[in-house]
Amino acid sequence: MTGTTDVVVTGLGATSPLGGDVRSTWTAALAGASGARPFDPEWVERYGLPVTFAATLAVPAAEVLTVPEVKRMDPSAQYAIVAAREAWADAGAPEVDPERLGAVVSSGIGGIQTTLDGWDTLREKGARRMLPMTVPMLMPNSPVAYVSLELHARAGAHALVSACASGSEAIGYAVDMIRAGRADVVVAGGTEACIHPMPIGAFAASRTLSLRNDDPAGASRPYDVDRDGFVLGEGAGIVVLESAAHAAARGARVYARIAGVGLSADGYHITSPEPSGDGQIRAMRAALADSGVAARDVVHLNAHATSTVVGDLIEARSVRAVLGDDADRVALSATKSMTGHLLGGAGALETILTVLAVQERMAPPTINVANPDPELVLDLVRDTPRQLPAGDVAAINNSFGFGGHNVALVVTSA
Amino acid sequence: MAYSEQEILAGLAEIVSEETGLPAETVLPEKSFTDDLDIDSLSMMTIVTLAEDKFSVTIPDDEVKNLTTVADAVSFIAGAQS
Repeated sequence: MTGTTDVVVTGLGATSPLGGDVRSTWTAALAGASGARPFDPEWVERYGLPVTFAATLAVPAAEVLTVPEVKRMDPSAQYAIVAAREAWADAGAPEVDPERLGAVVSSGIGGIQTTLDGWDTLREKGARRMLPMTVPMLMPNSPVAYVSLELHARAGAHALVSACASGSEAIGYAVDMIRAGRADVVVAGGTEACIHPMPIGAFAASRTLSLRNDDPAGASRPYDVDRDGFVLGEGAGIVVLESAAHAAARGARVYARIAGVGLSADGYHITSPEPSGDGQIRAMRAALADSGVAARDVVHLNAHATSTVVGDLIEARSVRAVLGDDADRVALSATKSMTGHLLGGAGALETILTVLAVQERMAPPTINVANPDPELVLDLVRDTPRQLPAGDVAAINNSFGFGGHNVALVVTSA
Repeated sequence: MAYSEQEILAGLAEIVSEETGLPAETVLPEKSFTDDLDIDSLSMMTIVTLAEDKFSVTIPDDEVKNLTTVADAVSFIAGAQS
């Protein structure tokens, strides 16, 4: 389906555990690298954390931002700004009326490091010592507010919150803004920065983190029989989306299209995915219907697959239910095996990886799968990247979040 | 122990520099916070909070509007010690 309201991707930006930008992240992903590494051992000694590692940024944001930027932005906003600057430059810094430029940047957790710092200051030094920027730094719309300020995006600035689906939902919302005629260009994505003892302790308490402390790089192993939880990651992914007409008029390079958006909610449990996959299935079906893409044209799927015992298989069965026999031709990639789980940043980073997979016809690998789960009913790309077919192709990026949020995006070749 | 005016100027210049990105050596006594250093009210309150912590003084909110220049702040902090 081609029309003036087609939405295309014209810019990409990221800072991730695999690299400080998109190109280094993609290169590392194709090489099957891991971004997981041990964190400050003092956190473990002092607080008795059961987990000793996380997927921290490959290039700390403080190395690329100025001191005042670091001081007045929570790390979640810092990462978003780093990624947004790259994406905007990558898109050629388009000339666009500010009132036709939107921003949608989500975070799953928000400015929690600022929140915790503020609480420490209050307890240790009293209210008089609290910094005036505490509230504007901790609010969950802070990353999108800074992106909007920097780019003068005045069509609307939104921060949708849906836990680990946030980054994909932001991109879906941006697509809607363009289709509805509220913007010509939208900068969209997700960010997360919660590698700090408190969230790590809290995720560990929910028994969702991998405890493979003796092998951080091998800990995130979606679909492996010995998977034992996710690896907490951090970072941001931002894309520049544009109406196809706007992109064509300025002669922009187009990576791919975001052809379909599917959303659903489980309405079932606060953390567990609904076991039949009904919500996930409805999201994928809605995205395919929205895109006009047939199941047989889907050649690649970037799974949400976080490396939890229950979640990975529900998703695999849901994909099989949606695509039927056509699922046999889908190259399945679980890139969290390399990046860790960026929570609110995950869906955006994985959309970028999906866009590049479609553009370069190359599916990134899934690492650490020594023994595939016998119940996995899909064709997993393991250890090395896999060439995708030439010609017009489509891919799906799935993102699911605590709370029962399901988002599926269909990406098609330009 | 009290800080000398020289030490207060150096410390304040460092705080202003980190808040604004201006080189510390450009934060001279005669500079106006608003007109020369382009500091808005939220940034000014950040600088005041950090200066209170660094020099162990209290700068009342009512007093902040009287601190037009860097020199005003240095002399207020010097006088507020002990």
